[in-house]
Amino acid sequence: MTPLLEIKNLHVEVGGRKILNGLDLVVDKGGVHAIMGPNGAGKSTLSYVLAGKPGYDVTGGEVLFDGENMLEMEPDERAARGLFLAFQYPMEIPGVATLTFLRTAFNAQRKKRGQEEMSVPDLMKRVRDIAAKLEINPDMLRRPLNVGFSGGEKKRNETLQMALLEPRLCVLDETDSGLDIDALKVVSDGVNRLRSPERAFVVITHYQRLLNHIVPDVVHVLSAGRVVRTGGKELALELEATGYAQYQSEAA
Amino acid sequence: MNANVRLMKTSAESLLADIFSAARPTLPGNGNIAAWRDAAFERFALVGLPHRRVEEWKYTDLRALLRDVKPLASPPNADAKARAAGAGRLFGKVECRRLVFVDGTFVAGLSDLADLDPGLTVRSMAEALAAGDPLVVSHLGKVVPVRDAAVEMNSALMGDGAVIHVAAGIAIDRPLHLVFATVGEKATAMFMRSLVVVEKSARVMLVESHDGAVDTDYQVNAALELVIDDDACVDHVKVTDEGAAALHVASLLATLGARARFNDCSFTTGGSVVRNQMFLRLAGEGIVADIRGVNLLAGHQHVDTTLIADHVVGGCQSRERFKSVLDGEAHGVFQGKIIVQPNAQKTDAKMMSQALLLSERAEAVHKPELEIFADDVQCGHGATTGALDGELKFYLMARGIPAKEAETLLIQAFVGETLETIAHEGVKDALSDAAGAWLRARG
Repeated sequence: MTPLLEIKNLHVEVGGRKILNGLDLVVDKGGVHAIMGPNGAGKSTLSYVLAGKPGYDVTGGEVLFDGENMLEMEPDERAARGLFLAFQYPMEIPGVATLTFLRTAFNAQRKKRGQEEMSVPDLMKRVRDIAAKLEINPDMLRRPLNVGFSGGEKKRNETLQMALLEPRLCVLDETDSGLDIDALKVVSDGVNRLRSPERAFVVITHYQRLLNHIVPDVVHVLSAGRVVRTGGKELALELEATGYAQYQSEAA
Repeated sequence: MNANVRLMKTSAESLLADIFSAARPTLPGNGNIAAWRDAAFERFALVGLPHRRVEEWKYTDLRALLRDVKPLASPPNADAKARAAGAGRLFGKVECRRLVFVDGTFVAGLSDLADLDPGLTVRSMAEALAAGDPLVVSHLGKVVPVRDAAVEMNSALMGDGAVIHVAAGIAIDRPLHLVFATVGEKATAMFMRSLVVVEKSARVMLVESHDGAVDTDYQVNAALELVIDDDACVDHVKVTDEGAAALHVASLLATLGARARFNDCSFTTGGSVVRNQMFLRLAGEGIVADIRGVNLLAGHQHVDTTLIADHVVGGCQSRERFKSVLDGEAHGVFQGKIIVQPNAQKTDAKMMSQALLLSERAEAVHKPELEIFADDVQCGHGATTGALDGELKFYLMARGIPAKEAETLLIQAFVGETLETIAHEGVKDALSDAAGAWLRARG
């Protein structure tokens, strides 16, 4: 069976600086992979490269999404094919109402996949249902995207987008940052509701606490731009106890 | 007159003198009005066309731009009137009272003059000048006395325009739409002058549209004198969508009384060279003035917004917020000056000018100024110029929105903030549609 995501020997530079250095990763449908590592290991770079952010130069290796070369695709095409990046710092966009943004994104993806656009009332209903589960105040949907939202509200909004767009691969970049314990629970529950045999997750996090809520099948340790160790969920607990020091020296 | 002609320097200035001499006997108004025209022309002749060494006109050098002066437009014939039928269609869906001017001349037959609201008086400026209308005589040139070459030219050569009076306490629900259409097949010059007097506690919305259906290099010089008396409320929207080669100079001279509310929005998409100048006098306490503008420009367009908000007395609030989207090799100029007179304590004035550059070759100039003579005020200004935010664009694309659509959303968001504050839903929607059409035309 073709893996959903296959990263082979990936090398990436940002502004001439090598960040990813021969990274390998295979994620199958239904899998939940955690990527942990010290600051500067390349965790966020990995998430941006997957989503197609400009300025990240791939100098070697390949990324296959469903067996297809994803690096050739524009970010919007990757999204339409089912990739979703939950941003560590979601953008504030004044002047674009959250609902307008959701509708535009949702229908743009459908259009690209050759599906019919969803009517506004149907879409509204769907958005409202998801928002209710994430304890998002419906008023927030009329406000400009993320403008004046608290850290928790922004992450809930990311989770709302993820639930609405129904991606096949969700990349969560430090989703726990800026969340208090209650918000963390709401967001994690939202993510867990999306777990399915057809959908995979790559959960990027520095701390283990998120993984108490979103329990991974596999944990990878990223250091100096490559995966230096892979294990089960108990690896996260071990890291919590020992820290990343040994991996930093291993990589060096 | 002749004595001053010698001071003229350029051929355009000589032409203007010839045109004025020739037209003088037939321009509407005699006696005091004729003498007043002469005086205005003399003042103009002394300084000539403003050029780049005249600070207020530094970025819009009329002497260089006005190589020649077109002949004055003739009153429209039946053909011209027929061609003007579609003018102002931007507000076609809005229930307005249309007052139509074709090639600078009022056309009653195309205007809605039936069932005027009680307290609303509408008249053609040419007619009012000819009749020596006391409202016109008592206000003309006095609303905000300025020494500005474009205004002087207008005073000397004004042909027609609207004279509108709203009696005290009257609220006019249906916006008045001044439709200025240029349809002449030959390039001409038009000098329109309007006067709007809104008495105490009255309320009216004024929409102006300047359309050019032709590609000739015609010239428009329009001036609007606006009196907003105590407790009155005026919304004013000016849409400039002139023909691609047109030169358009517009002057707004507005004086506001105590507790007046003034919401102004200029929206410019068309014209080769456009100068929107505003002279605002906040003359009574407790005024709230919200002055906005949106320019959507491409090609080689040059649009200059120059405004002076003069806080004569204290306790007033003014906001000046302008946004320009510049594509191609367009030039956007913003010169804004807030003056706070010595007695204008507790003035609250904030000015912001922002430009979004969509191309490497577009250019924005901001010149914000504060002249503050009082010590207990809150004043500020800001200016920004930048390209579309790549991070925001990436965020939108990462959600599946294609690049072009993402840019469109961001540009709409940029200008939308300004348009959102227009209270009249229909007018707001019309401007949003116009912005949308501009963005679609961008391809």
